[in-house]
Amino acid sequence: MIAAPRFHLTVEDRRNLRTALPFIAPWMVGFTAFTLYPIIYSLYLSFTTYSGFGDATPAGFANYVYMAKDTLFWQSLGNTMYYTALAVPIGVVVAIALALMMNQNLREVAIYRAAFYIPSILPLFALTFIFIVLLNPGFGLVDYVLGLVGLPAVNWLGDASYTKISIVMLAQLGAGGPALIFLAALRAVPMELYEAARLEGAGPLRRFYKITLPLITPVILFDLIYGTILGVQIFTPAFVLAGGTSGGGAYTTGPENSLLFYVFYLYKQAFQYSDMGYAAAMAWVLFIISVVLAFAIMRWSRQWVHYEGA
Amino acid sequence: MTVAREATTQALPVDRQRAPSPVQFRIPPTLFVRIGLTIAAGLFVLPFYWMANSALKDIHELSSIPPTLYPHVPAWDNFWRAVTYIPFGTFLTNSIILTTGVTIGSAISNPLIAYGFSRIRWPGRDFVFGIVMASIFLPFPVLIVALFDIFAKLQWVDTFLPIIVPAFFGNPFFIFLMRQYFLGLPMEISEQARIDGANEFQVFLYVIMPLAKPAVAVVIIFAAVQAWGEFLTPLLFLQDETKYPLSIGLQFYRQSHDVAYNLLMAASTLIVLPIIALFLVFQRFFIQGVTAGSLKG
Repeated sequence: MIAAPRFHLTVEDRRNLRTALPFIAPWMVGFTAFTLYPIIYSLYLSFTTYSGFGDATPAGFANYVYMAKDTLFWQSLGNTMYYTALAVPIGVVVAIALALMMNQNLREVAIYRAAFYIPSILPLFALTFIFIVLLNPGFGLVDYVLGLVGLPAVNWLGDASYTKISIVMLAQLGAGGPALIFLAALRAVPMELYEAARLEGAGPLRRFYKITLPLITPVILFDLIYGTILGVQIFTPAFVLAGGTSGGGAYTTGPENSLLFYVFYLYKQAFQYSDMGYAAAMAWVLFIISVVLAFAIMRWSRQWVHYEGA
Repeated sequence: MTVAREATTQALPVDRQRAPSPVQFRIPPTLFVRIGLTIAAGLFVLPFYWMANSALKDIHELSSIPPTLYPHVPAWDNFWRAVTYIPFGTFLTNSIILTTGVTIGSAISNPLIAYGFSRIRWPGRDFVFGIVMASIFLPFPVLIVALFDIFAKLQWVDTFLPIIVPAFFGNPFFIFLMRQYFLGLPMEISEQARIDGANEFQVFLYVIMPLAKPAVAVVIIFAAVQAWGEFLTPLLFLQDETKYPLSIGLQFYRQSHDVAYNLLMAASTLIVLPIIALFLVFQRFFIQGVTAGSLKG
């Protein structure tokens, strides 16, 4: 057998492979059936016209050509990018702020930690319902407080320029999860560094910018990429805020389609208009967008991520 | 005397050196930190206070402007009305079945798979594990069109199978979490068991798993919390209303012309409370679960 040395398997290699196979077999089967095959199958469907019933008929690039001219597609993409560009950076800042607060050396810090973290594990659909009440112009708390301080009431869910801001605020309730990861990173910063900086007369702000921030940049990178991937698939809050299934089959998408996010539009194409071919094409474009965004962030991060020992 | 006095002064921290006043009105330095933390924590708690507040108002008090800051006439029967206004019992049963199924599947599959990626060294292992990790970053909605068609052809649509069955094949985040834990256990204990004649599955089941209970607990808790709040997959794969879990069923408070917001909040309270209780009981596991994901941050 002619093969590169690293592909040459020793007797022990083969034995280990045989031993490991039953353990990882469930993942291999599941990954193939529920991830790999659907991705490939979507690619095939994206070149067809298919209603979900009967046979898919070949359509060449028709779905992609239509997409380029579909104003709702572009609006949904724009809405999604607007939301992601706003929610992700704010989310990173809020998570770091929460982590710094969770890191305070106070007796009752566990209470603050619980208050910050618990909302992040609560069902998103329930949080959305709570926001519907919280942001209601009549019985909502937010507009009441705005009124108290003399600010005009905002029609958060009825005014197209505020609906996405509402979801950005809602998303911050989930910041407690990443905050715990940042907290672990803060704990890992060697105390000697702070001591040395203090001796040299560096104040708390300077210590944060010169020591803490550089050392937690790997976590910032992770949070940026993961947050972006979550951001481009935003669906549940928009779907619930806009009215959910209460429209009787026709899903409303918020004032002036302001809540028509990418996945919401994909969902409508597939399950309201039964245009599975077009929805599959949208799925593939989303796949490519997320891969490109992840790599772009990774490349950009080379300029600011601090790796230990570098 | 002088010498002794000097010695004590030196031993004391600097700010204690001048403290002649018997009664101290000094502001503790942590006060401002505490105020800041209380305000921030308040912002995170207020939505839930408002949920409970709205849940306990009758429909007249709910529509009063300005809103009342606490329920003046607590309408406790809202909770009873909330669970009878919609088929809450059916939705709750479905949520419990789905959550139990997903949790059992996760508890079985993830330790098994993670074991194969950590306690056995086989050629190509780290490359394949790279694929597992990469799949964490794949947006699930990319798959929904194809998955729906696949499950429709299997006649699984409108059953719980499309939601429960995939859990029996592992979840990349849970595999990562269990693998981290397994890698932290010394290899010698496996070696010893192998020398004693145990096969690999016996090593897994009788030697490693008993040691991995805390990590399995983390997987169980996170899987349950996730399944309880799952929205997209039930929306996609369940059509018959009698099969809806709570996440989809709550929409029915909005079916009629007037939305029963107070009942919706009462139901939301009932949905949120078990998770809060779970956190308070198993706090330790939640913290471990999240920080295990921190890599070598």
